[in-house]
Amino acid sequence: MKLLFDRIDEPGLNTLEVYERRGGYDALRKALAMPPEAVLHELEASALRGRGGAGFQMGKKVSFLPKGGMDKYLVCNADESEPGTFKDRELMQKSPHVLIEGIVIAAHAAGTTRSFIYIRGEYVQQADVLDAALAEARAAGYVGEKILGSDTSLSLVVHRGAGAYICGEETGLLDSLEGKRGNPRLKPPFPANQGLYQGPTLINNVETLATVPTIVRMGGAEYAKLGVETSTGTKLVSVSGHVQRPGNYEIELGVPSREIIYGLAGGPPEGRKVKCWFPGGSSSPVLTGEDLDIPYDFDSMAKAGTMLGSGAIIVVDDSTPILDVALKVAKFYRHESCGKCTPCREGTNWTVTMLERIESGEATPMDLEIMASVQEHIIGNCLCVLGDAMAMPIGSMIAKFRTEFEAHMATKRLAAA
Amino acid sequence: MSQGTERVPVSAGSGWDLPADLDKAPATVPDPATTPVPEELRAEIEAHMALYPDPRSATLPALAAAQRVHGWCSPEALEQVACVMQLTPADLAAVATFYDMLETTPVGRHSIYVCTNISCSLCGADELYEAIRTAAGDDAELNVRSFECLGACDIAPMVSVDGIYIGPLKVADVPQLLEDVRAGGEVLPAKQLARRPCADQEADS
Repeated sequence: MKLLFDRIDEPGLNTLEVYERRGGYDALRKALAMPPEAVLHELEASALRGRGGAGFQMGKKVSFLPKGGMDKYLVCNADESEPGTFKDRELMQKSPHVLIEGIVIAAHAAGTTRSFIYIRGEYVQQADVLDAALAEARAAGYVGEKILGSDTSLSLVVHRGAGAYICGEETGLLDSLEGKRGNPRLKPPFPANQGLYQGPTLINNVETLATVPTIVRMGGAEYAKLGVETSTGTKLVSVSGHVQRPGNYEIELGVPSREIIYGLAGGPPEGRKVKCWFPGGSSSPVLTGEDLDIPYDFDSMAKAGTMLGSGAIIVVDDSTPILDVALKVAKFYRHESCGKCTPCREGTNWTVTMLERIESGEATPMDLEIMASVQEHIIGNCLCVLGDAMAMPIGSMIAKFRTEFEAHMATKRLAAA
Repeated sequence: MSQGTERVPVSAGSGWDLPADLDKAPATVPDPATTPVPEELRAEIEAHMALYPDPRSATLPALAAAQRVHGWCSPEALEQVACVMQLTPADLAAVATFYDMLETTPVGRHSIYVCTNISCSLCGADELYEAIRTAAGDDAELNVRSFECLGACDIAPMVSVDGIYIGPLKVADVPQLLEDVRAGGEVLPAKQLARRPCADQEADS
C-alpha cells in the first residue's frame, strides 16, 4: 500500500496545480472545519510513531504542549543526517506540498502560529523546491493569516542549516535555529515546554508530518489498522550498501526484514551473503544474516536489542572486514561530536584511536576489553545520544564479531613480529 | 574543519583550541558608519533577519550569503555580517567554525563534496575520493572535500558539486566530471539525482 509514495514520480507533483488535482489540501480543509481537539484526537487514534528515530507517538507529543495564548512554535526536522537515511530527501523533492499541508494541519491541532522547516544545508535542491512550493501555498492562502477564511494563522520559514549532524538532535537543532552553534541542551525541560526562544515547541520529522494529511483523510482509527498494533501505518525505508537495488521503499510496518532486503532491494550481489546490517541508520546496533526474519517494526527491533531508528537499512556483505565498518562508523561520530560532553568528545576519539591500533597491529586483546568498557561509559552519560549512537553499534560489533577482531589482531601482530 | 576520513586530531581546525592574542583588544560590534557593506549583501541579510522573532536566527543564512560574496567566511565577511546583525565578529566566528559548509579558510570556487560515509564507502567511495583529489591536483578553483553522509546512499558512491547530487560514479567518470565542473555548465547530467525515478516499483503503478 502506497500512501506517501503513491505515484510519487508523477510529473509536476511538486507544483500546486498537480497536487490539488490529486486532492491535495482537501485534508487541510477538512481539518480546519474541525476543532483542534478533534484533529488531535485523530492523531492520537492513529498511534503514529515519530519517523525521525526515537519513535515517540506524535499525538502524545502534540498533547504535551501547554494550552493557552502564549507564542508556540512548530519545527519540522528536515536535517536528515543519519548515515544511510535519504527518505525525507526524496519526499521533499518530489512531493513538497504534502509536507506543507501536514505542517499546517499539525499547527492547527497544536495551536502554534509560527513554524519552521530546518533543512540540512546540503539539500540545496530540496530547499529550493520547498521554497517554491511554499510561495505557491502562500499565494493560494494555505499558509499565512486566517488560512482559508478560518481563525487559524501560520507563518512558515524554510531555514537552511550549514552542515552538522548534531543539528538533527532536536535541542541542537533549536540552538542552531536560534543562530548559535548546534550544542544540545539539558533535558528536561523538554521542547514541548521550553523549546525555540524558550517557548513551547513541537518538533517532528518530515515523514511524520507528511503523514498527517493521510491520517486526517482516512481517520486515525482506520490508519491504525495498517501495520501492526504498536507500529501502525506505512514507513519509508532507505536501503543502501551492498544491495542490488538501493533506494527508498514504502512498506507496511511489521513485514519480515528479509522481504525488504532481498525482496525489494534485491539482496547482496550474486554469490555474496549478508554479513551484518544496520536496521535503523548507523546509530543502531547491528544485526546479522541470522536475523533476517525479524519483523520490521519498532518493538520487534527493540526486542532484538536494536532499533528501527530512522528506517535506514545498511547492508554489509561478507566481503567486508568488520573492522572497516567499525572504523568508518567511529570516525563519523568523532567528527560530528559537538564536544560539549566529555564522555562523547573523548570516547569517540579514543575509540577511533583504539580501532586504528587494532588495524595497524599494535593492539593487544586487552584493548578490546577497554574499548568495550569505553562504550559502556559513554551510554547514558551525555546531554544527548550522539555518543550512545557510536557506542551502541560499536559495542554490538565487538559482541557479535569478537572472534574476527581477535583473529585480525593475532594476524597483524604476527606480521609485525 | 577536520575531514571525516583523515587522521587528524579531533579538534583540528574546529576553532576552540586556536591560540588567542591576549594583548589585542576584543573586537566589538562594528560601527555601521565606518564599516562598508555591499548593498546587496546588506539587503539579503536584513531580509533574513525580518523572518524571525529573534533576528539572531538569521546567523546561518547571513553567513552563507556572505560566503557567496566573499568565497569564504573571511574576517572581512564576518565583520560585514556582524555590522548588519549588530553582533561581535567573535559571535559569528564561533558559529562559522562549527559548521562544515562554512569555510574558515580560503577555498576554491566550486565545492566538490565526496561522500565517504559508510554506505558510499561500501560502494567504493574512498577510491573515488582519492581519484578526484589526484585529478583535481592543485587546481585553486576546486574545493574537493571528503564529506559525511550527504543523504544519497541510493546513488552511492556520489558527490555533490555546488549542491547538485551526482551518482553512482566510477573512478572512470572522474575526468568527465572535472571537465564539466571546469567548463562551468551542467555536470554529468545523465547521472544527476534529480533525474532518478523512485526505486519502489509499485510507487508509480
